[in-house]
Amino acid sequence: MISEMQTGIQIGIYLVMALSVFAALAAVNLPNIFHAALAFIGTLLGIAGIFISLRADFLALAHILIYVGAVMTLVIFAIMLTQRLSDPNVRQHNNLSAPAFLGGLAFLTLMAKLIYTTPWPVKAAGTVPHVSVMDLGQALMTTYVFPFEVISVVLISALLGAIVIAKKDPL
Amino acid sequence: MIIPLEHYLIFGAVLFTIGIYGILVRRNIIGILISIEMILNAVNVNLVAFSRSTSASPETGQIFAIFVIALAAAAAVVGLALVLALFRVRKTVLTDEITLLKW
Amino acid sequence: MIHYTPYIPLFPFIAFVINILFGRYVRKGAALISIAASLAACAVALPAIAYVVHHGAYSVQTEWLLLGKKTLSFGVLLDPLGCVLLFVVTLIGTLIQVYSAGYMHDDAHFSRFFAYVSLFMAAMLTLVIANNYLLFFMAWEVMGLCSYLLIGFWSEKNSAADAGRKAFLTTRVGDIGFFIGIMTLFAGAGTLNFADLGHAAHLMENTPLLTAAALLIFCGTVGKSAQFPLHVWLPDAMEGPTPVSALIHAATMVAAGVFLIARSFPLFEAAPDAMQTVAVIGTMTAFMAAFIALSATDIKKVLAYSTISQLGYMVAALGLGGFAAGTFHLMTHAFFKALLFLGAGSVIHGCHTQDLREMGGLFGKMKHTAATFVLASLAIAGVPPLSGFWSKDEILAAAYTAHNPVIYWTLALTALMTSFYMFRLVFMAFFGKPRNPKIHAHESPAVMTVPLWLLAIGAVLAGIPGSPFMHHWFQNFLAGGVHAGGHAAGHGSEHVIIPFVVATSLAAAFGGIISAWFLYLKNPGLPAIISRVFRPLYTASLNKLWFDEIYTILFIRPFGAMSRALYRIDEQVIDYLVNKTGLATARTSRIKGWIDKHIVDGLVNLTGWTVQLASALVRLLQTGYLQHYVLIAFLGTIVLFFIELRK
Repeated sequence: MISEMQTGIQIGIYLVMALSVFAALAAVNLPNIFHAALAFIGTLLGIAGIFISLRADFLALAHILIYVGAVMTLVIFAIMLTQRLSDPNVRQHNNLSAPAFLGGLAFLTLMAKLIYTTPWPVKAAGTVPHVSVMDLGQALMTTYVFPFEVISVVLISALLGAIVIAKKDPL
Repeated sequence: MIIPLEHYLIFGAVLFTIGIYGILVRRNIIGILISIEMILNAVNVNLVAFSRSTSASPETGQIFAIFVIALAAAAAVVGLALVLALFRVRKTVLTDEITLLKW
Repeated sequence: MIHYTPYIPLFPFIAFVINILFGRYVRKGAALISIAASLAACAVALPAIAYVVHHGAYSVQTEWLLLGKKTLSFGVLLDPLGCVLLFVVTLIGTLIQVYSAGYMHDDAHFSRFFAYVSLFMAAMLTLVIANNYLLFFMAWEVMGLCSYLLIGFWSEKNSAADAGRKAFLTTRVGDIGFFIGIMTLFAGAGTLNFADLGHAAHLMENTPLLTAAALLIFCGTVGKSAQFPLHVWLPDAMEGPTPVSALIHAATMVAAGVFLIARSFPLFEAAPDAMQTVAVIGTMTAFMAAFIALSATDIKKVLAYSTISQLGYMVAALGLGGFAAGTFHLMTHAFFKALLFLGAGSVIHGCHTQDLREMGGLFGKMKHTAATFVLASLAIAGVPPLSGFWSKDEILAAAYTAHNPVIYWTLALTALMTSFYMFRLVFMAFFGKPRNPKIHAHESPAVMTVPLWLLAIGAVLAGIPGSPFMHHWFQNFLAGGVHAGGHAAGHGSEHVIIPFVVATSLAAAFGGIISAWFLYLKNPGLPAIISRVFRPLYTASLNKLWFDEIYTILFIRPFGAMSRALYRIDEQVIDYLVNKTGLATARTSRIKGWIDKHIVDGLVNLTGWTVQLASALVRLLQTGYLQHYVLIAFLGTIVLFFIELRK
């Protein structure tokens, strides 16, 4: 019973992975950039599912909020502001596909070899405790408080920088 | 862990490679930005997977994932602002039309 | 006050600087500045002299140069000998400057004149208080420069410019000898300080080196004091303004040569041969110059030859060992000769002529000038009790005690001639009838006559300190100085009055005066007859013994011929070689140029082309296309991974 359910979940996870990879391929290959952006949203959602499978609920939520809610909205705005280019007559790919593909393949082989030859110190199932939102919050406010503050400064500067750069007349 | 760590890692590697491919072949800078986001996500997948299976303090991986997300957002914001500025000046966002630094 | 001695020359020097730089603004004030500076120098000098009289010599020195292991020091020595000169220079210098203010009053370069005179004063005072030969020599040279500038002061006159040049070049001959002498002395004795000379002379007594050094130093005297054979410049130097003749070419600068011998006296004493030479040269000069003066008709020329003659007297005295006698005569001579020149200047100022043959009967018109002039003439002729008698008597006594009859009688004859030509001058100028009715003589202003009278007082009284009335105070004072310097014994014998000498001296003085009176007042026709009878002698005297002509033939013409010959060699041989060298150089450089252009430049260009070619290839990598770079980076990463995993 349990193992059947596990098998079902496993199949589900592989399915999500496959869909994500498919959406990712679409995101890089679709000739219309607008469609590509939408496909990438699918990838993001798939990744959120993977996060859930890893029992990182908060992360999955934040991921969807930030990426789908904010970043991709911004991207789509940008696409629409540069309207002429969403025109399907404009070629969206350069002629580097072949070397890129071969390079990617080589890289992937390499990675696969690495992943399978490395002896990962994997802990037994069930021994890793569940990470609650409270744990994350405590870690952020104690161990990682300094990076946390730095990140906030970086965000603020990025915000101001973006405004300055995108302004019509420079300061 | 319902499925082995290696599968997550392979998944991350595939996403990463697709992102690289996207960066290399897209003419549109916005497409490149999307590919970059994809690479960052692939890394996040790995981080979370490791935090789930090998780490002594399981929250570390997730915290790093959060930082990566924040930085990705910042990168996206600045990158898109640059794209808009570029578009305003050059009326293009295609990389082969802005080869200013050539010989 | 004595400690301010080193600053005495500073006063006139400051006056020089002011007058030369701001002469345009101070104008007639230049005289005041110079006179004030001289008075200030007097004010420091006289107490210093008083100090030396009471406490003995004063000296101070600092290290100056280190030559190997030998040190040259730089300092001040004020001994009795220096005091005599200091006294003479400051006093007479001041009086003559006062006189010049009147004499030069209308000159266009009034301030420049006083600038030069002040510079001269500064140099002379430095020379007087110098404690070593080097400083002495420097001051000596500056004086030479001033002499040159002042003789040629009216340089718009060709004769003045020529005279200046002649004076400068002639004295240069002597100065070179002097300088070599200084170096010889330094090489031999290792010191240039006057105070160490006695010791040095003692070490090198009677060696050829010492004799050479003494003779070379004497060369300086020969040039500066116009001794035979370099005396030819002094008569020409009369082209300068008369106060200059009085100050520089009678009273002070030319006396510096005598001062030099006196300073180096220990040296000469240790070198009897040099002494002998000095005595002979001095006697010759004295006699020869007096002989030429007999026939001179220019009032200043007579005085110039008289000066040469009297300087010869002093040099002879020193050469005979009469240290005190020579110095004494130097002092008295400074007074009466300055007075004579200033008187002559006053006459020239009043009659606008220098020719004796046009004067006559000036006594009535220029009472002050004439009276002082006669006093000075009596002094130089050696009439007692005026100053000249005492000093000349000392010199004759020195010659007498040296047992040298030739020199003695020559000097006595010179004394006779001296009184004769001086009174010839006096009678021609001031007595008898005016010869030229066009001359309307007038007395000079007070600014000129007052210094005359002050100098006259000096000319009358300067001999007293060295006379038996004051127990030969002057000689004892000087001898004390000699002892303080740590050398040479005093000369006690010369302080004794020798009746024979006195008789000779008196006979010479009065004989000269009476014969001059007889020939030029009583029987004015006689001189012409005499000159006809003794024609060869007369022409010899009139032509100054043909010295200038002889020098022209001996030196100037050969030098001219030599330089012309050298010029021709230059032109034809050296220029030819130079041109040939030039042509050869041009030819080789043309070859080098070809090599440069085709080979060296070719190599350089080749390097350039190579670099250009290589970069043309390499720059193709820089496409400016973003994704090319990314692709290369990506592939590079893969390669690196491979390499890393291979290990």
